[in-house]
Amino acid sequence: MTRLADTCAPPRRMRARWPGGDTAFRVAVTAASAFVIVVLVATAVFLLRQAWPALRHYGVLSFLGSDRWAPSEATASSAHPNPYGIAQFVYGSAVTSLIAMALAVPVAVAVSLYLTEIAPSWLRKPLSGLIDLLAAIPSVVYGFWGIFALIPAIRPAGTRLSQTLGSTPVLGPVLAGPFFGVSYAAAGIVLAIMVLPIITAICREVFATVPTTDKESALALGATRWEILRMAVLPRSRSGIAGAAVLGLGRALGETIAVTMVIGNSVLSITTSVLGPGATMPSVIANEFTESTEPFHLQSLMVVAAWLLLITLSVNVVGRLVVRRSGEESA
Amino acid sequence: MAAGPSTLPGRRSARRGLAVNAAVTAVLALAAVAAVALLLWVLAYVAGQGLRYLGPTFLTRTPPGDPAQAGGGFVNGIIGSVIIVGIATALSAPIGIAAAVHLAEYGGRLARAAGFLTDVLIGLPSIVTGAFVYALWVVNFGFSGLAGAAALFLVMLPLVIRATAEVLRLVPDDLREASLALGASHARTIVSIVLPTARSGITTGVLLAVARAVGETAPLLLTALGNDLFVETNPTHRMSTLSLQIFNNAVTGFRTAQARAWAGTLTLVLIVLAFSFGARLLGRRGIAHSAR
Repeated sequence: MTRLADTCAPPRRMRARWPGGDTAFRVAVTAASAFVIVVLVATAVFLLRQAWPALRHYGVLSFLGSDRWAPSEATASSAHPNPYGIAQFVYGSAVTSLIAMALAVPVAVAVSLYLTEIAPSWLRKPLSGLIDLLAAIPSVVYGFWGIFALIPAIRPAGTRLSQTLGSTPVLGPVLAGPFFGVSYAAAGIVLAIMVLPIITAICREVFATVPTTDKESALALGATRWEILRMAVLPRSRSGIAGAAVLGLGRALGETIAVTMVIGNSVLSITTSVLGPGATMPSVIANEFTESTEPFHLQSLMVVAAWLLLITLSVNVVGRLVVRRSGEESA
Repeated sequence: MAAGPSTLPGRRSARRGLAVNAAVTAVLALAAVAAVALLLWVLAYVAGQGLRYLGPTFLTRTPPGDPAQAGGGFVNGIIGSVIIVGIATALSAPIGIAAAVHLAEYGGRLARAAGFLTDVLIGLPSIVTGAFVYALWVVNFGFSGLAGAAALFLVMLPLVIRATAEVLRLVPDDLREASLALGASHARTIVSIVLPTARSGITTGVLLAVARAVGETAPLLLTALGNDLFVETNPTHRMSTLSLQIFNNAVTGFRTAQARAWAGTLTLVLIVLAFSFGARLLGRRGIAHSAR
């Protein structure tokens, strides 16, 4: 309370006040928060403006209808067929993100359950700090590490998978070789590591909102710790976990540099095998942006960016709404 | 749940329940251990590779013109990172804090909308932000350090707003009411009472945003572009950053370039960790202490 007395008691300061200051301050901070809205709208407008020439030349829907990205075939005059098909990038983003979700969500739920409910209290803070550090490591570091540490580590398993299951009827196309390392699978694993701390952090908040009385009632009925988790914690947190997963998905869909470094950047068609190389929507932008010299090449990359904006915006809005609603329910 | 309140558990099912409990506890603990092991694997690998080349030469020289050559360092990237992130911080801290003041202290429909869009903006891929700055700026004025700073500013802004707004909500209303009762205006109360009380929390938020911005690579590819040849201190020209140099040298395929990139990676990780720990330390002396 000493600080309060120090800072506002001297009457000299109060007299020095300019009467319009209050209004000016209010206008200034309102402008700052309105800026956030302007940024989001301007992002959409300017991306579309850059993408417009390509959209008009080839038609809005022709991009999603093809999985062949071949800038060298583009000419300034011919509009058909569209050499800038982006279906394989949408597919690549979906596959890598789904692999990441399948790996990261169960682990994140387990880690956050351990952190909030099971770990001894002296361990909780340092352990949460370490998990949070996973989120602090930059994307380019994960990519570099992925090339030299992760890919050699998964190569034996991937090679064996493609040799044993790569020619079986059902799983064959999904696990077909040859496995060179750079692949959807490698990108999915790197993404899983990168979204793990994000999902864990949100799950931890969600689990922390479960009322202690619920857990104590279960305990009083003779429940073991696992039964408390199953009866009191998890049912209340279901929508929160779903929201956390959706927000993690949004992050995975937009992750660029790490994926660019380990996915192999194959842009000519959809590779069905998860052990094969591919490309995602962000990775093709990062990979070709500085080298885009063909007609409509840059504009087509902007088309990819615009679709990416649309997809990640929808995913994030859904995720935020779900997390917010689950927070209000348990409050 | 086998043992509902109506069916009291027998001794046998109780034993089974305990066994299941032990197994689940072990699995959950294992998941936490695995996550930490992953972190240690990444950090140890980066340290092991980076220490081979990190040294005075690396920190004071520019890279050789031919990437296949050994020697040289990333000093131009380090300087570029400092300039670009510095400009981005100087822009995002005041604007972000002002916006957070509006969200937390004034409220209203615009504030609620901006608060929600801030959360959405946090999830916006940074490459999209980079493409936006390219469309807005680079097509008119060319690649430059300023364009890179603008992109990082947009990456940092929602992070600063979110962190600051959360801390401002922790400031006790008693302080605001006391100040208003003394005749201070709303603005004076915020500037002299609320913000100083939340100072350490706000600093934590800004430092974490800086840690994030230092490592960003994707938006800079589209804006600052990079410049591997000499030290550039004029932000209106294209500039290199540490992250860009790591990326460019890592993907060349030359062992010499990769050695430089590993040293750069270790430098970058150390910088990021320093900011994260600094933020954590400041956050520990949090609002509870300064408000008391």
